[in-house]
Amino acid sequence: MENFLISMIIAATPLLLAATGELVAERSGVLNLGVEGMMLVGAVVAFATASATGSPVLAVAAGAGAGLVMALIFAVIALSLLANQAATGLALTIFGIGASGLIGQGFVGIALDPLGKLAIPGVSDSTMLGRILLGHDAMVYLALALAGAVAWFLARTRAGLALRAVGDNHDSGHALGYDVVAIRYAATLFGGACAGLAGAYLSLAYTPMWAENMTAGRGWIALALVVFATWKPGRVVAGAYLFAAVTQLQFYGQDWGWPIPSQFLAMAPYVATILALVIISRDVNLTKANAPACIGRPFRAER
Amino acid sequence: MLVLEPRPQPSRALALLSPVIAIMLTLVAGGILLALMRRPPVEALRVYFFQPVEEFWLWLTLPAEEAAMWLYTPSEVVVKAIPLALIGGGLAVCFRANVWNIGAAGQYTAGAILAGWLALGAPEGASGIWLVPYLILGAIGGMAWAAIPAFLRVRFNANEILVSLMLTYVAALLLDWLVRGPFKDPAGFGFPESKAFQAGFVMPVLVETTRLHLGVVFAIGAALALWLMMARTMKGFEVRVMGAAPRAGAFAGFSRDRTIWFVLLLSGGLAGLAGAVEVSATVQQLQPNISAEYGFVAIIVAFLGRLNPMGALLGALVLAVSYIGGENAQIALKLPKAVTGIFQGMLLFFLLGCDTLIRFRVRWLGRRTL
Repeated sequence: MENFLISMIIAATPLLLAATGELVAERSGVLNLGVEGMMLVGAVVAFATASATGSPVLAVAAGAGAGLVMALIFAVIALSLLANQAATGLALTIFGIGASGLIGQGFVGIALDPLGKLAIPGVSDSTMLGRILLGHDAMVYLALALAGAVAWFLARTRAGLALRAVGDNHDSGHALGYDVVAIRYAATLFGGACAGLAGAYLSLAYTPMWAENMTAGRGWIALALVVFATWKPGRVVAGAYLFAAVTQLQFYGQDWGWPIPSQFLAMAPYVATILALVIISRDVNLTKANAPACIGRPFRAER
Repeated sequence: MLVLEPRPQPSRALALLSPVIAIMLTLVAGGILLALMRRPPVEALRVYFFQPVEEFWLWLTLPAEEAAMWLYTPSEVVVKAIPLALIGGGLAVCFRANVWNIGAAGQYTAGAILAGWLALGAPEGASGIWLVPYLILGAIGGMAWAAIPAFLRVRFNANEILVSLMLTYVAALLLDWLVRGPFKDPAGFGFPESKAFQAGFVMPVLVETTRLHLGVVFAIGAALALWLMMARTMKGFEVRVMGAAPRAGAFAGFSRDRTIWFVLLLSGGLAGLAGAVEVSATVQQLQPNISAEYGFVAIIVAFLGRLNPMGALLGALVLAVSYIGGENAQIALKLPKAVTGIFQGMLLFFLLGCDTLIRFRVRWLGRRTL
């Protein structure tokens, strides 16, 4: 059980990072379906940087930067050229799968040391609670801090209010003098950097290696998490840990002697995502309360 | 600064030109990418795109006896285009209705599984007539898989993009389990694959010495039927209205729910049919990899074809050329397979960007700000 909880916390981190970033983009009215592609490119660039420089800090930064560049492509096409956001996001994912495969060519089969753990001698290893909650790598805590910072930013700052206003009604936001497109660019790029971080976490810490399509749908699960969390950062944290627990069933179910083929256990996160979507979406009041009203709709300043 | 100015009327000329511009921009950007990879860009692009087109052209224009030797590449392009056209045509109708079925890969797999179940369970010596129920089951499998997002969307308002996509992973895992479990060939030396289909379940080849099979008739037939439906029937009108102006459609008495069911079952059925056709024409057995990625590439096909079923037929040929070119380039230039994916992604980017020109004019306003 202890190992299960530890691995759950680790598995939740990439979901939490990617979903938090996408939440910010969606609150500003941008639906970027390219999370999977941005994560993959972030993962491979981080891995390549780590094996070239040996510096985990540089690698994490490179992963975030790669995600940001991917998001910039999306922003130019969807926000400046007003293309359909759903289609542009899909293109970003298709492009990201190809680009990450190309960059990662020389890196398949190489193993790296995982990110260092922040061990506090005497505390993080002596008690069970210490082993579960403490002694992870820095990004586990960074992800939680980021979710907290986003919650504070959206609810308590003027800029956060502007971002939400633009997402709820871009015409009013424009009339109030906010630069709708600039705010959406910033939110989209932030989302891309977060997805890049999530990818970097996968290739540097979760499984310290590169494999094609290693995200295995986590980008899409992160998108579903945002809906599941009804666009609330605090609920994204809860959702990410819940989903991570389901993901880990495939590894622990067999250890625990469940008589279920591994493929069916591996289906669990995808089926759970569908169930979660159904449970949340059936209650219109729940989704409509926080859903950004202008999500996915292009904006062009008339004057 | 540059600004976008709306056109009074969307430009019809640019609507047709935009895919051509997008293909050219993809070639230019692809050339730059290849140069960065230290491959001769002109030579590489020739292998990638022009060689298949060139051979296609030779086959079309040369006298029959000489043309025969150029038959191979064109026939392979068409073989690749068959599943892409079948799926892409259905997706074009679906996207027109503003319903985003992006899980065609799962419906393709589900169709192959259900059809494959019949092929593996049929009595020895089954004749070619079995192909009929085989293909029908393929379509039913795809429809059943697409019915899940349709039901969840209509009944619980669950997002069809995410549900249909999640189901692609479920379908892939289901297939993986089947070929390692119930469908596994006992004489297969432990490989995760079913036994080979009997001759009665193999798509008949139309032209000797090639792999060109009966599926091409389905692809063209489906495109024609869908085009007629969209352009000439009330149902097509309903789909278009519900996509463009759902409120107006509601006043006209059209039901949003019925449209969602219709387009998802239609696109799912065609994807399932494509899965059954492809498995029976190429690998002729079930195995973990049955090229389900066609389901994603078909999204590009639908957009390249202007969300028009006949256009999707052309779009499928373009994407098929990129596949065949990619295979040639892998051999001739040692270019990795992933390059094909990059080209396909770039093509969709450029296409979406160019489509802006249909509705807007780009104006240079000098240095003044708005």
